[in-house]
This record gives sequence, structure tokens and C-alpha cells, in this order.
Amino acid sequence: MSGAEVLALNNIHKAFGGVVAIQDFSLNLKAGEVVALVGDNGAGKSTLIKIISGVYSPTSGDIELDGEKAGFRDASAAREKGIEVVYQDLALADQQPVYMNMFLGRELTKGPLNLLDKKRMRRETQELVDELDVRIPSASSTISNLSGGQRQGVAIARATHWASKLVLLDEPTAALGVAETARVEALIEQLKAKDLAILIISHSLDQVFRLSDRICVLRRGEQIGVRETAKTDKNEIVSMITGVA
Amino acid sequence: MTRLSSRLRGLDFQQAVVYFGFLAIFLFFAITLYDDGFLTQRNLTNIVLQTAPATIMAIGLVFALSAGEIDLSFGSIVAVSALSCAVALQSFPLPVGVLVGLGVGVAIGAFNGVLVAYLKLPSFLVTLATMGLFAGIARSMTNLRSIPVMNETFTGIFGSGKLFSVPSLVIWTVLGVGVGHLLYRHTRFGAHVLATGDNPRAAQVSGIKVPRVRLYVLMICGGCAGLAGLLYAGRLQAAKYTLGESDLMTVIAAVIVGGTALNGGKGSVVGALLGSLLMGMLNNGLILMNLKVSDQMIVRGLIILIAVAVSLRDSSR
Ligand SMILES: Nc1ncnc2c1ncn2[C@@H]1O[C@H](COP(=O)(O)OP(=O)(O)O)[C@@H](O)[C@H]1O
Ligand SMILES: [Mg+2]
Repeated sequence: MSGAEVLALNNIHKAFGGVVAIQDFSLNLKAGEVVALVGDNGAGKSTLIKIISGVYSPTSGDIELDGEKAGFRDASAAREKGIEVVYQDLALADQQPVYMNMFLGRELTKGPLNLLDKKRMRRETQELVDELDVRIPSASSTISNLSGGQRQGVAIARATHWASKLVLLDEPTAALGVAETARVEALIEQLKAKDLAILIISHSLDQVFRLSDRICVLRRGEQIGVRETAKTDKNEIVSMITGVA
Repeated sequence: MTRLSSRLRGLDFQQAVVYFGFLAIFLFFAITLYDDGFLTQRNLTNIVLQTAPATIMAIGLVFALSAGEIDLSFGSIVAVSALSCAVALQSFPLPVGVLVGLGVGVAIGAFNGVLVAYLKLPSFLVTLATMGLFAGIARSMTNLRSIPVMNETFTGIFGSGKLFSVPSLVIWTVLGVGVGHLLYRHTRFGAHVLATGDNPRAAQVSGIKVPRVRLYVLMICGGCAGLAGLLYAGRLQAAKYTLGESDLMTVIAAVIVGGTALNGGKGSVVGALLGSLLMGMLNNGLILMNLKVSDQMIVRGLIILIAVAVSLRDSSR
């Protein structure tokens, strides 16, 4: 089941000085679709996500969101358009409570003095983690007291809360155990059910085959190909990743 | 019940230390120095009055440290602000003097801030340099002379005056802590300061203007130092280049003991107040004990060392 086209990447190039990180990359993403981005270390996967989310701007090529050209100046511009990212190196503030992280940069205020509405942020956070079944002691828990899985749960819950179109996940389960990985995968299924478009980077082919509708392979910045998950197998993907037939 | 237990778990050791330390030192002096008048209302009020400038400086430093920066130059800012204000008051009315004093503080803070936030220089080195720079400027401004402050309205408001029989320095302390606490704990700016010190990358990708936060915290530090300068000038009815010179260690210790993390992301304005009062009690008690100045320095240094070690104890786990 896939809906309207949300994101189109057309002929994206990115070079850091002399190093070409991405060359001639094109991809479309539809609402309710999960596309997996795979490739070896240094293939350019994280760079691509940062280009989509406005952290880097492409050297050439363009990005369309809902059919409209979208060159994001920075990460907040992309966020305003409904794009959320779950970063590989968790973008959480460790010494702050869960609810402040949930509303980081978008804190709710009240009254004439615009004071923080902590009560409401706490309540909404609690509702959200309950709904997504992210099991944390409380919305006021400090992030540093949570396990890796709980943290990733918070990061994904945050993305869910704010994303209206597209969620980008960069190795969301890389640091997690088996049970925690299963929980995060269940969360991702829930995002999909909400009709968001999802781009996920993962090194686990098992996971990729469980979650994705399509698989896009990147090798040293070059787009090797895109396959429908149902019509390919691990052997084909592995040989595309490694370049060994 | 569950609420209480989650409360208790949330009560963290570093924040609690200052309360226990405060009580312990208070009780110690109250008992050992009872006959020397430690507990008299006059002596206790005196402690608050004497610590008022340090408390105001400490509030500013809480913001800088929480954002992951440090300001070593606030002592020099105190002197330059107080001198500028005193000079201005010689030929201009009170509001001009006050604005000059505070303005100089904020401007020096902004100077630090621009170097740190936009030229990306480490605040430790920037403010180490400006500490020396402005200490020199304070000395050359008036050729080491002290400038008297004759304006009685000024010395009333910033020094010896009272409002409804509450000393003005107490009012400044309460006001400073109140406004500081509100800004720190209950505004978006305060949340952004903490996030910036905690994880600047996370703050950045969450849309927080990290450089601007860094600029503002150093301006707040400068502004607080400026106000502290006015309080010194008001209380002593004069300004001199030595003002604020010896406050660096005391204020940093007060802030750390008060539960503010040296590497950002965590802190407390109320804790800084208690830390500052604790340092004031220590000074006062050691003087009442009739220790030689050299012994006072040694004992104070040792106690600060212990206090800081205890309050940082579990932060490395
Ligand atoms: N900020 C940067 N500056 C210079 N080179 C970079 C930068 N970010 C990534 N690269 C380079 O781009 C290539 C792709 O990196 P990355 O996107 O992190 O790979 P992946 O996430 O697939 O492991 C690597 O060769 C890396 O060294
Ligand atoms: Mg990567």
C-alpha cells in the first residue's frame, strides 16, 4: 500500500573538498512506504540523510517535497516541513529529562511571561510514550538513566510526534540488543501505519528484509540500484553492496 | 507514595550536597562560635550583605557553565564597571551612572561572547586573556586611584539603604536569585542554555541557535559582574581597581558546590546562592575564630577543595 509521492531526490551530488561522497543519486519515496538504504561503511548513507534533512546542502541536484522544490537552508527548515531524523549518534541531551528532549527547541509555553508549560509537556510526553509503548520509568526520567533501547525509543517517539511527512532513521538499532531491536522495529511499523514515508539505514539485512518495501544500494557514493524487497533476496543485495558477483 | 519515591530518586546527590554542607558548617560555627556572636542577627545579616556581590556574580556564572562555557574575566569586569560608574557619577545623574556601569559589563560580556560564539575560540582562553586585559584597563583608567562615590541616592540603592527596613543588598540578592531562577528553570532560553551545554549537536539539530546562546550567557555573566560592581561601589562608597579581584575562586567554588556542572548541562541558581552564602559563612567564621589571614587562606582553600571534591564525587561515574 503506497500513497502519494512525498520525496524526490534528483541527481544529487555531494563532494567534501575533493572527496566525492555522493554521485548522481536519485530516489522517490511515497507515503506509507519504507525504503532501506544499505551499503558498506563510508558508502555515503549518513551523508545522504544529512542532505535530505538540511544539515548539508548538495553540491548539485535537487530535492522535491510533495512535488515542490525544497532546498533546506538548515535542519530547522526541514523540520518545519515535517521531516524528522533519528540520528545514528543519538541527538539527545543526556542530562535533561525525557519530556524536555521530546520538546527540544519547540518547548511549550504559557501565560503572559511565556514560561515553560512543563506540566503539559510532561503529560503529552507520557501520552505519547504510552501510545507507542516505549517503556520508560516516567516522562521526567533523565535520559542518562535510560537504556540504549529506551533512548532510541525516546528518539523515535520524538520523530513520530513531530513528523508529518518523512522520517529518516540512521542505524536506529545499531547499538541495541535483540529484544530492544524488536521493540524499535515495532515502532517503525507504527510509523508506517501512520502513512509517513520512511528512509532507514541499516546494516542488518534481516532487519532490512523484515521492514522495507524497497532496498536502495549505495557503494562508495554510487547508487548501484533499487530493488523491491519482495522481488529480491539477500544474495543479490550482498553482491550489490560488495560489488562481487 | 510512588511520587515520593520517584521524587527521592530524582533528588540528585550533587544538588543535595550544598544543603547538607550549608547546614553542617552553619551548625559547626553556631556551636563553636556562639560566644563570639556568630548567631547574632547582626552577624548573620552581615554575611548576606557581604556576599551579595559574589552571589550576583555566581548567578551569571551558572548560566555560562550550564551552556558549557566559562567566564574567568568577571572579576575584572566588576572593577571596570564599578570604576566607569563612579567616574560617570562625578558629572552625570544617577541613571546615567547605573547605565554606564551595567552597560560596560554587558559590553565586555558581549566582547567575550562574540569571540567565543562566532570566532569559535574556547571561552577558557578568551576570558583568561580578557581577565588580564581588563584588569590592566581597570588599573590604567584611574592610575590606580580610588574614585569616591558621593551620590547618596546611589549608595542607598546599591549599598547601605533599606526598603521597609530590609537592607537593599538583601533585596538585590533576592531579586537576582528570583529573576535568575525564573530565567534558568522556567523559560525556553534556560532550556536552550542547558541543552547547549549538554549536547550542542543535539541542540543545533533541534533548531536551537547555539552560537546565540553562547553569546547571551557571556553577556549575562558580564551584566551580573557589572551589577556586582555597582553593589561594591555602593557599599564601599568608592570604586577601585581591586574590586572583584579576589572573588574568582570563591565564586567558582560557590557555583560548583551549589550543584552546577563544570562541563555544562546542569546547574542551579538557588544552589549557587547557598554556595555563595556558605563561602560567606566560612569567611566570617574563620575571622571570628581569630585566625591569621594566612591561616584563613589555607583553611578556606582546604575546605573549598573538600567541598568541591564531595560535590563532584559521582559526576565521573
Ligand atoms: N563532514 C565531512 N567532511 C568530509 N568528508 C566527509 C564528511 N562527512 C562524510 N564524509 C566522507 O563521506 C564519505 C561517506 O561518509 P558517510 O556518509 O558517513 O558514510 P556511511 O554513513 O555510509 O558509513 C566518507 O568517505 C566520509 O569520510
Ligand atoms: Mg553512517
